[in-house]
Amino acid sequence: MKEFALIFRHPNATGKVSPEQMQQWMKIQNDWVGSIAAQNKFVSGTGLLFDDAKVVHHKGVVTNGPFGDIKETLGGFIVVKAENAEEAAEIAKGAAVLAGDGNTVEVREILRTR
Amino acid sequence: MTEPELIPHLFRTEYGRITAVLSKLFGLDNVDIAGDIASETFLTAVETWPYKGIPANPTAWLYTVAKNKAKNYLKHHKVFSEKIESQIKHNLASAEEMEIDLSEKNISDSQLQMLFAVCHPSISPESQISLALRILCGFGIDEIADAFLTNKETINKRIFRAKEKLRNEKVEIVFPGNHEIENRLENVLRTIYLLFSEGYYSEREDTIIRKELCLEAMKLIYLLLENEQTDQPSTNALMALMCFHASRLDARRDENGEMILYEDQDVSLWNTELIEKGNFYLQKASGGNSTPKYYLEAGIAYWHTIKEDSKEKWESILQLYNYLLQIEYSPIAALNRTFALSKARGKKEAIEEAEKLKLDQNHFYFILLAELYKEIDNEKVKPNLEKALALSKTEAERKVIQKKIDS
Repeated sequence: MKEFALIFRHPNATGKVSPEQMQQWMKIQNDWVGSIAAQNKFVSGTGLLFDDAKVVHHKGVVTNGPFGDIKETLGGFIVVKAENAEEAAEIAKGAAVLAGDGNTVEVREILRTR
Repeated sequence: MTEPELIPHLFRTEYGRITAVLSKLFGLDNVDIAGDIASETFLTAVETWPYKGIPANPTAWLYTVAKNKAKNYLKHHKVFSEKIESQIKHNLASAEEMEIDLSEKNISDSQLQMLFAVCHPSISPESQISLALRILCGFGIDEIADAFLTNKETINKRIFRAKEKLRNEKVEIVFPGNHEIENRLENVLRTIYLLFSEGYYSEREDTIIRKELCLEAMKLIYLLLENEQTDQPSTNALMALMCFHASRLDARRDENGEMILYEDQDVSLWNTELIEKGNFYLQKASGGNSTPKYYLEAGIAYWHTIKEDSKEKWESILQLYNYLLQIEYSPIAALNRTFALSKARGKKEAIEEAEKLKLDQNHFYFILLAELYKEIDNEKVKPNLEKALALSKTEAERKVIQKKIDS
């Protein structure tokens, strides 16, 4: 089995989500991750908070962000076990982030150094 | 309690106590001698009580006899007693004058310290549990073999090697340092949980022994809760979990010792006092940042103390299983999650998820599939039950499955 990172991308993130919407997403997300875990294919991963986010630039410049100058942002990631990228992509279809138009899940195999 | 019941009962509770105190005194190297003295004490009871009658205070009687036997042993084994004397830093004139302290306080301290010693990271979890069952709970080798679904030779070897390893590592029967307590508490809790499970889930026909194992496990947790360093959220969570489970002990077997499924249990037989206790410990378990595994399991067990089905109940159980599986996968948790899903969202969604699990060697998997297909696709019910029957391991399980096939 290989391991794949499923990375949640939002093209126009504002960081502003209503609590109800958040709760709705959380539920879909939990059921989805629970289903992956029930198949013993969950490795690790988590959502990422927008609060207090920072972007570190070249030469150590730190800005609040990633809103404004960077259009696209990450909402979180999980790592799953799968035979191949196709299976990982199939798993990714259930991600809560895909409920939003324009959002994507990027599927990337984890580089193993050993 | 009548005499034939009393001695096995006392053996379950007192063997471990006497062994722990004597082992603490003699050192972990000599745990066999401690065990032998405890066994001989019970032998004397079996030989004398039928003729002289049961003493007014049987426990006190056992302690007195154990003390005398220990002192006699020291008197007749000079080399041994000299070694013990040199090990113990007291100013004793001789080992025979050594105080053998069987007070409640020293018993519980010795038991706890013994538990931490046995759960030493140098030996495998299976060895830790085997040793704990042997030394602290007076299990026979064949009983431990039963618990692990293996044979006596394997357990004998395992225990022998584990003792040797502990000797080589010079493990002492003392409370480990603060940091080490945290590290080992996890193992200690798991060992106690397994002891409880052995009582709760085993196929033993003997209801009394099973119940006593559960109670003994809860007593050990109680000792941990009384100690400031081990009164952690996960300890409280495990206690809550055990209270909730134990509340159904009387409802889950019929008078012939046969299993009664949760759905069919008589709620009036559930022990409300234990459920309330469970709620109390669950409250205490919240907060803190130790491993939330037992907390999630206790949460699931809490919802099972409410018999009526509701959307809220099964939705909550589903979410708890979602989290539990992320922390630690187990086939049984995966199956239970799918069952909760069927209750919360309907069978169609659950069947879709169940088909993804692919637990083709697990008879519970096929029992679940049969249950889910009932009324959805009746054709698929019987073939799944037959697969389950072919895979089941015990007579009790086969009985339950056969009953389902016939109905």
